[in-house]
Amino acid sequence: MQALAEAAGKFVFFIGLIVLNIAAILTWVERKQSAVMQDRIGANRATIFGIRMLGMFHMLADMLKLFTKEFFIPMGARRFVYLLAPMISLLFALVGFAAIPFGDTLILGGREIPLQIANVNIGILYIFAVLGMAVYGVVLGAWASNNNYALLGGLRASAQMLSYEVAIGVSLVGVIMVYQTVDLMEIARAQGQLLWGWLPQWGILLQPLGFLIFMTAGIAETKRIPFDAPEGESEIVGYFIEYSGMGFGMYFLTDFLETILIASLTVTFFLGGFQVPYLYADGFHFPWGQAILLPNIAVAALQFLSFLIKLIVLLFIMMAIRWTLPRFRYDQIMHLGWKILLPASLINILITAVVLTIIG
Amino acid sequence: MRTYFRNVYRSLITILIGMRQTWRHLFTPSVTLQYPHEKWDLPVGTRQQLFVNIDDCIGCYKCARICPVDCIYIDTVKAKPDEDLGKASTGNPIRQHVVRFDIDMFKCCYCNFCTTVCPTDCIYMTDKYETSVYDRSNGIYHFSKYAPDYAAKLIVDEKEAEAAKAAARAAAKEKAMAAKKAKVAE
Repeated sequence: MQALAEAAGKFVFFIGLIVLNIAAILTWVERKQSAVMQDRIGANRATIFGIRMLGMFHMLADMLKLFTKEFFIPMGARRFVYLLAPMISLLFALVGFAAIPFGDTLILGGREIPLQIANVNIGILYIFAVLGMAVYGVVLGAWASNNNYALLGGLRASAQMLSYEVAIGVSLVGVIMVYQTVDLMEIARAQGQLLWGWLPQWGILLQPLGFLIFMTAGIAETKRIPFDAPEGESEIVGYFIEYSGMGFGMYFLTDFLETILIASLTVTFFLGGFQVPYLYADGFHFPWGQAILLPNIAVAALQFLSFLIKLIVLLFIMMAIRWTLPRFRYDQIMHLGWKILLPASLINILITAVVLTIIG
Repeated sequence: MRTYFRNVYRSLITILIGMRQTWRHLFTPSVTLQYPHEKWDLPVGTRQQLFVNIDDCIGCYKCARICPVDCIYIDTVKAKPDEDLGKASTGNPIRQHVVRFDIDMFKCCYCNFCTTVCPTDCIYMTDKYETSVYDRSNGIYHFSKYAPDYAAKLIVDEKEAEAAKAAARAAAKEKAMAAKKAKVAE
Protein backbone atom coordinates (compact mmCIF):
# COMPACT_ATOMS: atom_id res chain seq x y z
CA MET A 1 0.00 0.00 0.00
CA GLN A 2 2.76 2.38 0.95
CA ALA A 3 4.69 1.48 -2.20
CA LEU A 4 1.61 2.24 -4.24
CA ALA A 5 1.18 5.63 -2.60
CA GLU A 6 4.84 6.29 -3.21
CA ALA A 7 4.54 5.42 -6.90
CA ALA A 8 1.40 7.53 -7.18
CA GLY A 9 3.18 10.48 -5.60
CA LYS A 10 6.12 10.15 -7.96
CA PHE A 11 3.72 9.80 -10.88
CA VAL A 12 1.85 12.97 -9.97
CA PHE A 13 5.08 14.86 -9.41
CA PHE A 14 7.02 13.74 -12.47
CA ILE A 15 4.39 13.17 -15.15
CA GLY A 16 1.61 15.43 -13.93
CA LEU A 17 3.69 18.31 -12.71
CA ILE A 18 6.81 18.24 -14.85
CA VAL A 19 6.28 16.37 -18.09
CA LEU A 20 2.80 17.58 -18.99
CA ASN A 21 3.69 21.14 -18.10
CA ILE A 22 6.81 21.02 -20.21
CA ALA A 23 4.72 19.61 -23.05
CA ALA A 24 2.30 22.52 -22.75
CA ILE A 25 5.12 25.04 -22.59
CA LEU A 26 6.74 23.43 -25.62
CA THR A 27 3.76 24.39 -27.76
CA TRP A 28 4.50 27.97 -26.81
CA VAL A 29 8.28 27.57 -27.11
CA GLU A 30 7.93 26.17 -30.58
CA ARG A 31 6.07 29.24 -31.80
CA LYS A 32 8.17 31.74 -29.92
CA GLN A 33 11.53 30.20 -30.73
CA SER A 34 10.72 29.89 -34.40
CA ALA A 35 9.65 33.52 -34.37
CA VAL A 36 12.85 34.69 -32.72
CA MET A 37 14.91 32.60 -35.13
CA GLN A 38 13.13 34.14 -38.08
CA ASP A 39 13.54 37.68 -36.70
CA ARG A 40 9.86 37.94 -35.84
CA ILE A 41 8.11 38.62 -32.52
CA GLY A 42 5.77 35.65 -32.44
CA ALA A 43 2.68 34.87 -30.47
CA ASN A 44 1.85 37.78 -28.17
CA ARG A 45 -1.83 38.53 -28.74
CA ALA A 46 -3.43 36.49 -25.96
CA THR A 47 -3.82 38.54 -22.81
CA ILE A 48 -5.54 38.14 -19.50
CA PHE A 49 -6.52 41.54 -18.07
CA GLY A 50 -3.79 43.16 -20.11
CA ILE A 51 -1.08 40.83 -18.82
CA ARG A 52 0.79 39.55 -21.83
CA MET A 53 3.65 37.46 -20.36
CA LEU A 54 5.37 37.05 -23.75
CA GLY A 55 2.29 35.36 -25.15
CA MET A 56 2.39 32.52 -22.62
CA PHE A 57 -1.41 32.52 -22.46
CA HIS A 58 -1.53 31.21 -26.00
CA MET A 59 -1.16 27.70 -24.66
CA LEU A 60 -4.22 28.22 -22.48
CA ALA A 61 -6.08 29.61 -25.46
CA ASP A 62 -4.98 26.67 -27.61
CA MET A 63 -6.13 24.19 -25.02
CA LEU A 64 -9.49 25.89 -24.61
CA LYS A 65 -9.91 25.88 -28.35
CA LEU A 66 -9.07 22.19 -28.70
CA PHE A 67 -11.42 21.23 -25.89
CA THR A 68 -14.36 23.20 -27.20
CA LYS A 69 -14.07 22.23 -30.84
CA GLU A 70 -16.30 19.55 -32.26
CA PHE A 71 -14.88 16.05 -32.33
CA PHE A 72 -16.00 14.94 -35.74
CA ILE A 73 -16.26 11.30 -36.75
CA PRO A 74 -16.18 10.96 -40.52
CA MET A 75 -18.64 8.80 -42.39
CA GLY A 76 -17.54 5.19 -42.69
CA ALA A 77 -14.98 5.48 -39.92
CA ARG A 78 -14.57 2.61 -37.49
CA ARG A 79 -16.05 4.41 -34.53
CA PHE A 80 -14.48 2.44 -31.70
CA VAL A 81 -10.99 2.27 -33.16
CA TYR A 82 -11.23 5.86 -34.29
CA LEU A 83 -11.89 6.96 -30.72
CA LEU A 84 -9.34 4.58 -29.27
CA ALA A 85 -6.35 5.40 -31.50
CA PRO A 86 -5.41 8.83 -30.11
CA MET A 87 -5.73 7.48 -26.59
CA ILE A 88 -3.35 4.62 -27.40
CA SER A 89 -0.97 7.13 -28.88
CA LEU A 90 -1.09 9.33 -25.80
CA LEU A 91 -0.92 6.40 -23.40
CA PHE A 92 2.27 4.94 -24.81
CA ALA A 93 3.88 8.35 -24.96
CA LEU A 94 3.11 8.80 -21.26
CA VAL A 95 4.00 5.37 -19.84
CA GLY A 96 7.49 5.64 -21.27
CA PHE A 97 8.30 8.18 -18.57
CA ALA A 98 7.74 5.57 -15.89
CA ALA A 99 11.20 4.10 -16.38
CA ILE A 100 13.12 7.35 -16.48
CA PRO A 101 15.15 8.14 -13.35
CA PHE A 102 14.95 11.82 -12.50
CA GLY A 103 17.05 11.65 -9.36
CA ASP A 104 18.93 9.28 -7.11
CA THR A 105 17.58 8.12 -3.76
CA LEU A 106 15.56 10.53 -1.67
CA ILE A 107 15.35 9.72 2.04
CA LEU A 108 11.99 10.91 3.32
CA GLY A 109 10.87 9.99 6.84
CA GLY A 110 13.34 7.14 7.04
CA ARG A 111 12.19 5.62 3.76
CA GLU A 112 14.55 5.33 0.83
CA ILE A 113 12.66 6.44 -2.26
CA PRO A 114 14.35 5.88 -5.62
CA LEU A 115 13.32 8.82 -7.81
CA GLN A 116 12.00 6.72 -10.66
CA ILE A 117 8.33 5.90 -11.04
CA ALA A 118 8.69 2.22 -11.89
CA ASN A 119 11.91 0.59 -10.85
CA VAL A 120 12.08 -1.93 -13.69
CA ASN A 121 15.44 -3.62 -13.98
CA ILE A 122 14.97 -4.22 -17.71
CA GLY A 123 14.44 -0.52 -18.37
CA ILE A 124 15.89 -0.41 -21.88
CA LEU A 125 13.70 -3.28 -23.06
CA TYR A 126 10.69 -1.57 -21.52
CA ILE A 127 11.53 1.63 -23.40
CA PHE A 128 11.87 -0.32 -26.64
CA ALA A 129 8.50 -1.94 -26.04
CA VAL A 130 6.85 1.41 -25.39
CA LEU A 131 8.42 3.02 -28.45
CA GLY A 132 7.33 0.00 -30.46
CA MET A 133 3.74 0.27 -29.26
CA ALA A 134 3.58 3.95 -30.20
CA VAL A 135 3.23 2.96 -33.82
CA TYR A 136 -0.14 1.30 -33.11
CA GLY A 137 -1.83 4.57 -32.22
CA VAL A 138 -0.68 6.01 -35.50
CA VAL A 139 -1.61 3.07 -37.70
CA LEU A 140 -4.98 2.43 -36.05
CA GLY A 141 -5.92 6.10 -36.27
CA ALA A 142 -4.91 6.23 -39.91
CA TRP A 143 -6.79 3.09 -40.79
CA ALA A 144 -9.95 3.89 -38.83
CA SER A 145 -10.30 7.32 -40.44
CA ASN A 146 -11.61 5.76 -43.67
CA ASN A 147 -9.48 8.20 -45.63
CA ASN A 148 -6.95 7.23 -48.29
CA TYR A 149 -4.57 10.03 -47.46
CA ALA A 150 -4.66 9.24 -43.77
CA LEU A 151 -3.91 5.60 -44.56
CA LEU A 152 -0.96 6.57 -46.75
CA GLY A 153 0.30 8.87 -44.01
CA GLY A 154 -0.04 6.03 -41.53
CA LEU A 155 1.95 3.74 -43.83
CA ARG A 156 4.71 6.31 -44.11
CA ALA A 157 4.67 6.78 -40.35
CA SER A 158 4.83 3.08 -39.55
CA ALA A 159 7.61 2.45 -42.09
CA GLN A 160 9.62 5.32 -40.67
CA MET A 161 9.07 4.42 -37.02
CA LEU A 162 9.92 0.75 -37.56
CA SER A 163 13.08 1.58 -39.51
CA TYR A 164 14.35 4.00 -36.94
CA GLU A 165 13.54 1.75 -34.01
CA VAL A 166 16.19 -0.60 -35.41
CA ALA A 167 18.77 2.18 -35.36
CA ILE A 168 17.72 3.25 -31.86
CA GLY A 169 17.98 -0.29 -30.57
CA VAL A 170 21.37 -1.04 -32.10
CA SER A 171 22.84 2.31 -31.08
CA LEU A 172 21.94 1.60 -27.45
CA VAL A 173 23.80 -1.73 -27.49
CA GLY A 174 27.01 0.27 -27.14
CA VAL A 175 25.66 1.93 -24.03
CA ILE A 176 24.66 -1.43 -22.57
CA MET A 177 28.15 -2.79 -23.29
CA VAL A 178 29.87 0.13 -21.60
CA TYR A 179 27.74 0.24 -18.45
CA GLN A 180 27.06 -3.53 -18.31
CA THR A 181 23.38 -3.12 -17.40
CA VAL A 182 19.95 -2.55 -18.92
CA ASP A 183 18.55 -0.87 -15.81
CA LEU A 184 18.12 2.83 -16.51
CA MET A 185 18.74 3.73 -12.86
CA GLU A 186 21.98 1.74 -12.87
CA ILE A 187 23.04 3.38 -16.14
CA ALA A 188 22.41 6.82 -14.68
CA ARG A 189 24.31 5.91 -11.50
CA ALA A 190 27.22 4.45 -13.46
CA GLN A 191 27.62 7.78 -15.25
CA GLY A 192 28.53 9.40 -11.94
CA GLN A 193 31.79 7.48 -11.76
CA LEU A 194 34.96 9.18 -12.88
CA LEU A 195 37.27 8.25 -15.70
CA TRP A 196 40.98 8.71 -14.86
CA GLY A 197 39.95 10.31 -11.62
CA TRP A 198 38.52 13.55 -13.07
CA LEU A 199 36.33 12.97 -16.13
CA PRO A 200 32.67 12.05 -15.46
CA GLN A 201 31.76 8.85 -17.31
CA TRP A 202 28.95 10.40 -19.32
CA GLY A 203 27.65 8.49 -22.31
CA ILE A 204 28.39 11.32 -24.72
CA LEU A 205 32.10 10.98 -23.88
CA LEU A 206 32.20 7.18 -24.04
CA GLN A 207 29.75 6.78 -26.92
CA PRO A 208 29.90 9.93 -29.10
CA LEU A 209 28.86 8.07 -32.24
CA GLY A 210 26.07 6.33 -30.36
CA PHE A 211 24.86 9.72 -29.12
CA LEU A 212 24.65 11.11 -32.66
CA ILE A 213 22.83 8.05 -33.97
CA PHE A 214 20.43 7.93 -31.04
CA MET A 215 19.59 11.63 -31.35
CA THR A 216 18.99 11.40 -35.10
CA ALA A 217 16.91 8.25 -34.87
CA GLY A 218 15.09 9.69 -31.86
CA ILE A 219 14.07 12.83 -33.71
CA ALA A 220 12.90 10.58 -36.55
CA GLU A 221 10.92 8.55 -34.02
CA THR A 222 9.08 11.67 -32.85
CA LYS A 223 7.99 12.35 -36.46
CA ARG A 224 9.01 15.98 -36.31
CA ILE A 225 10.76 18.08 -38.92
CA PRO A 226 13.12 17.15 -40.61
CA PHE A 227 11.50 13.71 -40.43
CA ASP A 228 7.87 14.79 -40.65
CA ALA A 229 7.00 13.03 -43.89
CA PRO A 230 4.23 11.07 -42.05
CA GLU A 231 2.58 14.27 -40.83
CA GLY A 232 3.45 17.14 -43.13
CA GLU A 233 0.71 19.35 -41.72
CA SER A 234 0.88 21.97 -44.41
CA GLU A 235 1.36 20.06 -47.64
CA ILE A 236 1.34 16.25 -47.66
CA VAL A 237 -1.47 15.30 -45.36
CA GLY A 238 -0.72 12.93 -42.54
CA TYR A 239 -2.34 10.18 -40.55
CA PHE A 240 -4.43 12.43 -38.30
CA ILE A 241 -6.03 14.42 -41.11
CA GLU A 242 -9.57 13.40 -40.11
CA TYR A 243 -9.12 14.17 -36.43
CA SER A 244 -10.46 17.37 -34.98
CA GLY A 245 -11.00 18.74 -31.51
CA MET A 246 -9.38 16.84 -28.70
CA GLY A 247 -8.63 13.83 -30.92
CA PHE A 248 -6.24 16.01 -32.83
CA GLY A 249 -5.20 17.55 -29.52
CA MET A 250 -4.11 14.14 -28.24
CA TYR A 251 -1.99 13.45 -31.31
CA PHE A 252 -0.59 16.95 -31.01
CA LEU A 253 0.26 16.39 -27.35
CA THR A 254 1.72 12.98 -28.18
CA ASP A 255 4.13 14.68 -30.54
CA PHE A 256 5.47 16.91 -27.80
CA LEU A 257 5.45 14.13 -25.20
CA GLU A 258 7.47 11.92 -27.52
CA THR A 259 9.92 14.74 -28.01
CA ILE A 260 10.29 15.03 -24.25
CA LEU A 261 10.58 11.24 -23.94
CA ILE A 262 13.36 11.07 -26.51
CA ALA A 263 15.10 14.06 -24.92
CA SER A 264 14.92 12.55 -21.43
CA LEU A 265 16.14 9.20 -22.76
CA THR A 266 19.07 10.97 -24.39
CA VAL A 267 19.77 12.71 -21.09
CA THR A 268 19.60 9.41 -19.23
CA PHE A 269 21.78 7.45 -21.62
CA PHE A 270 24.27 10.03 -22.83
CA LEU A 271 24.24 13.19 -20.72
CA GLY A 272 24.68 11.61 -17.31
CA GLY A 273 21.01 11.43 -16.38
CA PHE A 274 20.51 13.23 -13.09
CA GLN A 275 24.25 13.34 -12.36
CA VAL A 276 25.95 16.57 -11.40
CA PRO A 277 29.72 16.28 -11.93
CA TYR A 278 31.49 15.34 -8.65
CA LEU A 279 28.23 15.23 -6.68
CA TYR A 280 27.85 12.07 -4.62
CA ALA A 281 25.23 10.88 -2.15
CA ASP A 282 26.75 12.95 0.66
CA GLY A 283 27.84 16.05 -1.24
CA PHE A 284 30.53 17.31 -3.59
CA HIS A 285 33.91 15.60 -3.70
CA PHE A 286 36.12 17.44 -6.14
CA PRO A 287 39.09 15.65 -7.73
CA TRP A 288 41.48 18.17 -6.17
CA GLY A 289 40.48 16.97 -2.74
CA GLN A 290 37.98 19.61 -1.67
CA ALA A 291 34.64 18.39 -0.33
CA ILE A 292 31.35 20.15 0.35
CA LEU A 293 28.96 18.02 2.37
CA LEU A 294 25.25 18.43 1.69
CA PRO A 295 22.11 16.93 3.25
CA ASN A 296 20.29 14.25 1.27
CA ILE A 297 17.36 16.50 0.32
CA ALA A 298 19.69 19.11 -1.18
CA VAL A 299 21.51 16.44 -3.15
CA ALA A 300 18.23 15.07 -4.50
CA ALA A 301 17.06 18.58 -5.41
CA LEU A 302 20.35 19.33 -7.16
CA GLN A 303 20.14 16.08 -9.09
CA PHE A 304 16.58 16.71 -10.15
CA LEU A 305 17.49 20.26 -11.18
CA SER A 306 20.41 18.98 -13.20
CA PHE A 307 18.14 16.49 -14.97
CA LEU A 308 15.64 19.23 -15.70
CA ILE A 309 18.23 21.68 -17.02
CA LYS A 310 19.79 19.05 -19.29
CA LEU A 311 16.33 18.11 -20.54
CA ILE A 312 15.39 21.71 -21.30
CA VAL A 313 18.67 22.45 -23.09
CA LEU A 314 18.28 19.33 -25.18
CA LEU A 315 14.67 20.19 -26.00
CA PHE A 316 15.79 23.63 -27.06
CA ILE A 317 18.38 22.11 -29.38
CA MET A 318 15.80 19.70 -30.83
CA MET A 319 13.45 22.61 -31.48
CA ALA A 320 16.29 24.54 -33.09
CA ILE A 321 16.94 21.58 -35.38
CA ARG A 322 13.26 21.56 -36.25
CA TRP A 323 13.46 25.15 -37.45
CA THR A 324 16.80 24.74 -39.18
CA LEU A 325 16.48 21.74 -41.46
CA PRO A 326 14.05 21.25 -44.32
CA ARG A 327 11.98 18.10 -44.57
CA PHE A 328 13.58 14.92 -45.92
CA ARG A 329 11.95 13.12 -48.79
CA TYR A 330 10.52 9.69 -48.00
CA ASP A 331 13.26 7.83 -49.88
CA GLN A 332 15.89 9.98 -48.16
CA ILE A 333 14.44 9.03 -44.80
CA MET A 334 14.65 5.33 -45.65
CA HIS A 335 18.16 5.79 -47.05
CA LEU A 336 19.32 7.56 -43.90
CA GLY A 337 17.74 4.99 -41.63
CA TRP A 338 18.82 1.76 -43.29
CA LYS A 339 22.00 2.66 -45.14
CA ILE A 340 23.65 5.17 -42.81
CA LEU A 341 22.37 4.97 -39.25
CA LEU A 342 22.13 1.18 -39.05
CA PRO A 343 25.66 0.47 -40.43
CA ALA A 344 27.03 3.32 -38.33
CA SER A 345 25.51 1.88 -35.17
CA LEU A 346 26.89 -1.57 -36.06
CA ILE A 347 30.33 0.00 -36.52
CA ASN A 348 29.81 1.67 -33.15
CA ILE A 349 29.21 -1.72 -31.53
CA LEU A 350 32.37 -3.08 -33.19
CA ILE A 351 34.52 -0.17 -32.01
CA THR A 352 33.08 -0.35 -28.51
CA ALA A 353 33.75 -4.12 -28.34
CA VAL A 354 37.33 -3.73 -29.53
CA VAL A 355 38.07 -0.89 -27.11
CA LEU A 356 36.46 -2.73 -24.20
CA THR A 357 38.47 -5.88 -24.99
CA ILE A 358 41.73 -3.93 -25.12
CA ILE A 359 41.05 -2.07 -21.88
CA GLY A 360 39.89 -5.28 -20.26
CA MET B 1 32.80 3.74 -50.17
CA ARG B 2 34.52 7.11 -50.30
CA THR B 3 31.39 8.86 -51.50
CA TYR B 4 29.47 7.18 -48.70
CA PHE B 5 31.70 8.67 -46.02
CA ARG B 6 31.90 11.96 -47.85
CA ASN B 7 28.10 12.10 -47.86
CA VAL B 8 27.94 11.36 -44.13
CA TYR B 9 30.56 14.01 -43.42
CA ARG B 10 28.89 16.57 -45.63
CA SER B 11 25.47 16.01 -44.10
CA LEU B 12 26.90 16.55 -40.61
CA ILE B 13 28.77 19.69 -41.68
CA THR B 14 25.78 21.18 -43.47
CA ILE B 15 23.63 20.61 -40.38
CA LEU B 16 26.20 22.53 -38.35
CA ILE B 17 26.26 25.33 -40.93
CA GLY B 18 22.49 25.56 -40.82
CA MET B 19 22.50 25.53 -37.03
CA ARG B 20 25.06 28.36 -37.00
CA GLN B 21 22.71 30.39 -39.15
CA THR B 22 19.72 29.81 -36.88
CA TRP B 23 21.87 30.47 -33.83
CA ARG B 24 22.99 33.81 -35.24
CA HIS B 25 19.41 34.79 -35.97
CA LEU B 26 18.44 33.90 -32.41
CA PHE B 27 20.23 37.06 -31.32
CA THR B 28 19.16 39.27 -34.20
CA PRO B 29 16.50 41.76 -33.12
CA SER B 30 13.14 41.21 -34.69
CA VAL B 31 12.05 43.28 -37.65
CA THR B 32 8.34 42.94 -36.98
CA LEU B 33 6.30 46.12 -36.88
CA GLN B 34 3.08 45.50 -35.00
CA TYR B 35 1.07 47.33 -37.62
CA PRO B 36 -2.03 48.90 -36.13
CA HIS B 37 0.00 50.05 -33.12
CA GLU B 38 3.22 50.95 -34.90
CA LYS B 39 3.62 52.26 -38.42
CA TRP B 40 6.41 52.79 -40.87
CA ASP B 41 7.51 56.37 -41.55
CA LEU B 42 6.36 57.10 -45.08
CA PRO B 43 8.88 58.56 -47.53
CA VAL B 44 8.94 62.29 -48.25
CA GLY B 45 6.52 63.28 -51.02
CA THR B 46 4.35 60.23 -50.50
CA ARG B 47 1.01 60.39 -52.31
CA GLN B 48 -1.88 59.34 -50.15
CA GLN B 49 -5.12 61.01 -49.08
CA LEU B 50 -5.70 64.47 -50.63
CA PHE B 51 -6.43 67.39 -48.38
CA VAL B 52 -7.60 70.93 -49.17
CA ASN B 53 -6.84 73.86 -46.91
CA ILE B 54 -10.04 75.64 -47.94
CA ASP B 55 -9.08 78.93 -46.28
CA ASP B 56 -6.40 79.38 -48.91
CA CYS B 57 -8.49 78.28 -51.89
CA ILE B 58 -9.18 81.08 -54.35
CA GLY B 59 -11.55 79.05 -56.47
CA CYS B 60 -9.45 79.16 -59.63
CA TYR B 61 -10.61 75.73 -60.94
CA LYS B 62 -7.07 74.84 -62.03
CA CYS B 63 -7.03 71.57 -60.12
CA ALA B 64 -10.44 70.55 -61.41
CA ARG B 65 -9.38 71.25 -64.96
CA ILE B 66 -6.09 69.39 -64.86
CA CYS B 67 -7.48 66.37 -63.07
CA PRO B 68 -7.19 63.48 -65.55
CA VAL B 69 -10.04 61.54 -63.97
CA ASP B 70 -12.27 64.53 -63.12
CA CYS B 71 -12.61 63.69 -59.49
CA ILE B 72 -12.61 67.25 -58.17
CA TYR B 73 -15.93 69.10 -58.16
CA ILE B 74 -15.91 72.85 -57.52
CA ASP B 75 -18.73 75.41 -57.50
CA THR B 76 -17.99 79.03 -56.87
CA VAL B 77 -20.02 82.18 -56.37
CA LYS B 78 -18.46 85.51 -57.30
CA ALA B 79 -18.14 87.93 -54.46
CA LYS B 80 -20.11 91.14 -54.69
CA PRO B 81 -17.98 94.23 -55.44
CA ASP B 82 -18.44 95.53 -51.92
CA GLU B 83 -17.60 92.18 -50.31
CA ASP B 84 -14.03 91.54 -49.14
CA LEU B 85 -13.13 87.86 -48.78
CA GLY B 86 -9.54 88.60 -47.73
CA LYS B 87 -6.39 87.11 -49.10
CA ALA B 88 -4.86 83.66 -49.19
CA SER B 89 -1.73 83.12 -47.08
CA THR B 90 0.33 83.38 -50.27
CA GLY B 91 -1.05 86.84 -50.97
CA ASN B 92 -3.48 85.97 -53.74
CA PRO B 93 -6.74 87.85 -53.25
CA ILE B 94 -9.81 85.63 -52.90
CA ARG B 95 -12.58 86.84 -55.19
CA GLN B 96 -15.16 84.09 -54.97
CA HIS B 97 -16.97 81.96 -52.44
CA VAL B 98 -15.97 78.32 -52.88
CA VAL B 99 -19.38 76.89 -52.03
CA ARG B 100 -18.52 73.35 -53.08
CA PHE B 101 -15.17 71.58 -53.11
CA ASP B 102 -15.64 67.79 -53.27
CA ILE B 103 -12.98 65.21 -54.04
CA ASP B 104 -14.03 61.68 -54.95
CA MET B 105 -11.15 59.63 -53.51
CA PHE B 106 -12.45 56.50 -55.22
CA LYS B 107 -11.76 58.10 -58.56
CA CYS B 108 -8.50 59.77 -57.60
CA CYS B 109 -5.47 58.24 -59.31
CA TYR B 110 -2.90 59.94 -57.07
CA CYS B 111 -1.13 61.59 -60.00
CA ASN B 112 -0.25 64.68 -57.96
CA PHE B 113 -1.19 67.07 -60.85
CA CYS B 114 -3.66 69.11 -58.81
CA THR B 115 -1.13 69.90 -56.12
CA THR B 116 1.40 71.03 -58.74
CA VAL B 117 -0.89 73.52 -60.43
CA CYS B 118 -2.46 75.01 -57.32
CA PRO B 119 -1.32 78.65 -57.16
CA THR B 120 -1.71 78.85 -53.39
CA ASP B 121 -0.55 75.31 -52.56
CA CYS B 122 -3.79 74.76 -50.69
CA ILE B 123 -4.40 71.23 -52.04
CA TYR B 124 -1.83 68.68 -51.05
CA MET B 125 -1.23 64.98 -50.39
CA THR B 126 -1.17 63.89 -46.77
CA ASP B 127 0.41 60.71 -45.35
CA LYS B 128 -2.93 59.26 -44.27
CA TYR B 129 -3.53 55.95 -46.03
CA GLU B 130 -6.07 54.02 -43.97
CA THR B 131 -9.07 55.42 -45.84
CA SER B 132 -11.36 52.46 -46.23
CA VAL B 133 -15.00 53.31 -45.59
CA TYR B 134 -18.18 51.31 -45.26
CA ASP B 135 -20.22 53.24 -47.81
CA ARG B 136 -19.38 54.53 -51.25
CA SER B 137 -20.69 57.98 -50.40
CA ASN B 138 -18.19 58.23 -47.56
CA GLY B 139 -15.38 58.17 -50.09
CA ILE B 140 -16.34 61.60 -51.35
CA TYR B 141 -14.71 64.21 -49.17
CA HIS B 142 -16.32 67.62 -48.73
CA PHE B 143 -13.92 70.44 -48.04
CA SER B 144 -16.09 73.55 -48.46
CA LYS B 145 -16.57 75.52 -45.26
CA TYR B 146 -20.01 76.85 -46.35
CA ALA B 147 -23.07 75.34 -44.77
CA PRO B 148 -25.27 73.73 -47.46
CA ASP B 149 -28.25 76.06 -47.02
CA TYR B 150 -26.05 79.15 -47.01
CA ALA B 151 -24.27 77.87 -50.11
CA ALA B 152 -27.63 77.28 -51.78
CA LYS B 153 -28.70 80.77 -50.83
CA LEU B 154 -25.52 82.23 -52.31
CA ILE B 155 -26.07 80.32 -55.51
CA VAL B 156 -29.70 81.44 -55.72
CA ASP B 157 -28.70 85.02 -55.00
CA GLU B 158 -26.10 84.93 -57.71
CA LYS B 159 -28.57 83.43 -60.15
CA GLU B 160 -31.12 86.10 -59.30
CA ALA B 161 -28.54 88.83 -59.64
CA GLU B 162 -27.45 87.39 -62.95
CA ALA B 163 -31.04 87.13 -64.11
CA ALA B 164 -31.66 90.70 -63.05
CA LYS B 165 -28.54 91.77 -64.84
CA ALA B 166 -29.56 89.89 -67.95
CA ALA B 167 -33.02 91.40 -67.78
CA ALA B 168 -31.50 94.85 -67.38
CA ARG B 169 -29.20 94.20 -70.28
CA ALA B 170 -32.11 92.93 -72.41
CA ALA B 171 -34.13 95.98 -71.49
CA ALA B 172 -31.24 98.25 -72.36
CA LYS B 173 -30.80 96.46 -75.64
CA GLU B 174 -34.49 96.76 -76.43
CA LYS B 175 -34.34 100.39 -75.55
CA ALA B 176 -31.39 100.89 -77.83
CA MET B 177 -33.12 98.96 -80.58
CA ALA B 178 -36.25 101.02 -80.11
CA ALA B 179 -34.17 104.17 -80.25
CA LYS B 180 -32.43 102.96 -83.39
CA LYS B 181 -35.76 102.06 -84.97
CA ALA B 182 -37.14 105.42 -84.12
CA LYS B 183 -34.05 107.02 -85.63
CA VAL B 184 -34.47 105.00 -88.82
CA ALA B 185 -38.16 105.81 -88.97
CA GLU B 186 -37.33 109.43 -88.62
